[in-house]
Amino acid sequence: MTSTAASKKPMMTDSPPIITINKLNKWYGKFHVLKDIDLNVNKTEKIVICGPSGSGKSTLIRCINRLEVHQEGSIIVDGTELTDDVKQINEIRSDVGMVFQHFNLFPHLTVLENCTLAPIWVRKKSKIEADELGMELLNKVRIPDQAHKYPGQLSGGQQQRVAIARALCMQPRVMLFDEPTSALDPEMIKEVLETMIELADSGMTMLVVTHEMGFANKVADRVIFMDEGQIVEQNDPKNFFNNPKSERTKLFLSQILNH
Amino acid sequence: MADSTLKLKKLPDREPPENTIGWIAWIRDNLFSSATNTLTTLIFVYLFYLYIPPFIEWAIINANISGTDRSVCDTNKSGACWTFIKIRLEQLLFGLYFASNPEQTWRPIVAFSVFGMLIIPLVIDKTPHKKWLLIALLTLYPLLFICVVYGGVFGIPVSDTGQWGGLLLTFALSFVGIIVALPLGILLALGRRSEMPIVKMMSVTYIEFWRGTPLITILFMASVMLPLFFPSGVDFDKVVRAMIGITLFQSAYTAEAVRGGLQAIDKGQNEAAMALGMGYWRRTILIVLPQALKISIPSIVNTFIALFKDTSLVSIIGLLDLLKMAQNSSRSLDWNGYDIEGYLFAGFVFWIFCYGMSSYSQKLERKLDTDRRAE
Repeated sequence: MTSTAASKKPMMTDSPPIITINKLNKWYGKFHVLKDIDLNVNKTEKIVICGPSGSGKSTLIRCINRLEVHQEGSIIVDGTELTDDVKQINEIRSDVGMVFQHFNLFPHLTVLENCTLAPIWVRKKSKIEADELGMELLNKVRIPDQAHKYPGQLSGGQQQRVAIARALCMQPRVMLFDEPTSALDPEMIKEVLETMIELADSGMTMLVVTHEMGFANKVADRVIFMDEGQIVEQNDPKNFFNNPKSERTKLFLSQILNH
Repeated sequence: MADSTLKLKKLPDREPPENTIGWIAWIRDNLFSSATNTLTTLIFVYLFYLYIPPFIEWAIINANISGTDRSVCDTNKSGACWTFIKIRLEQLLFGLYFASNPEQTWRPIVAFSVFGMLIIPLVIDKTPHKKWLLIALLTLYPLLFICVVYGGVFGIPVSDTGQWGGLLLTFALSFVGIIVALPLGILLALGRRSEMPIVKMMSVTYIEFWRGTPLITILFMASVMLPLFFPSGVDFDKVVRAMIGITLFQSAYTAEAVRGGLQAIDKGQNEAAMALGMGYWRRTILIVLPQALKISIPSIVNTFIALFKDTSLVSIIGLLDLLKMAQNSSRSLDWNGYDIEGYLFAGFVFWIFCYGMSSYSQKLERKLDTDRRAE
């Protein structure tokens, strides 16, 4: 693993990684989407994963909370290996927050209910406790005044911030972001990225699939470039952007930075 | 943003032009906007003029309601004979047993009244404790219905279900059909979308079997074949047999209506719930079903309405539902020849129930429409 730039927080290399991925292989039918992926994620580390569409980056993070099932290799999250055991899967999922490209808020529940549903039913918190927690996190993403509205009444940026608050209400150890700003208007991208930067500053472990290279530069400890189901290159952002090693990375960067 | 030097001059709001609002404008815009529109309007006005006044004259102005037998009606043939309905009302509503034993007539009256007292507050928005009313309707009410209408407890004599009839029978068959078929249909719809091949196959087989069979056939089978599967001596009540047949049939249709709703739910909803660590039943009950059922309300209610009307097919196995009772009554010697009044009455009662269900479903749809709910 490469060392991080001086401006980044030091990685806690002494404690074991929170996610260990070993020789991961996945197929969709006969199509080989992920090939021999090895990846360790340390506590509080922020990783940005980028790559062309179809490169398997979303699939990779969806394997971490088993929204996708892998066929070979192992994924160990916080000491527990992902197997077919449904109970174990649900335990891991409740500790791993996820934010989706299309928010996936529950439209039949208010913003606050979206945040408190899982704490109440999965974490078995009382309604009062859950409401308190929900309001605290809605405050954190700066939309407490929308708590009693329905998701359909909010802007895209607000909805994505609610989605972040909803995931945080489970007090996860890791947060996965699957292209969180791709479905947003440019004006709204900023508010979501700001929320994510604040979250990063608070010490959360984050895996972010995104093409927001400004965000990667500012927040990431490590940037991973994927293509055709493989990790092509990984480095700290400074070296990744300034001295990409592989031709494929150079081509990709030139395409997304010059448009 | 920099201080803008270009300021928008705000124009005051004005009233719309005089001739674009009000009822005259409405009539002009909607009834006489074009030559075709005008012609259509005139044709319909003429048709209404041709048929509505004579009908009102027959059904209301010249109608007979007095007297206790057909003599009044026979002397005044220009109006409807509502006397027939008045004299035979108990029979049409409660069937032969409760109509011919006047001291027992209170029983169906109590059953219908309690139903009314439960259902009316349930459809009113502001009623508190709706959940408990609904639970009472689904659990206590059927018990009360059995105790009061069927009897056999608290010194209430047992009524022969074969002698149940009229609206009471139509109601009992539909009520059971609806409240048992809905949960069954939901389970079947979930089963049909299950990832477990055996569950899926069994659900599909069940749904396709019952959907592919006419209700009349099912009622015949329930009436004739069901007893063959049980040891002789076990005598299944005819009404219960009809209820079982109708429920099995109805659950297949409800399942398909619910499946339509399930298919419309984005898979991201399920994924988001999964990502929060929720198991299958929690995801299904808290996230998927509330949304899917909301979408399928119109088609579910559609199947309920169809069922309510289809219960009249039980006349084929010798049960006298509302329609059959109206037909039989108007063919009795006392009232022979007054079929139109009988059918109109039966049709009107069916319409009240079906329209009630339809209106409530539309109201529910609007209420649950959180996507467009005003702020």
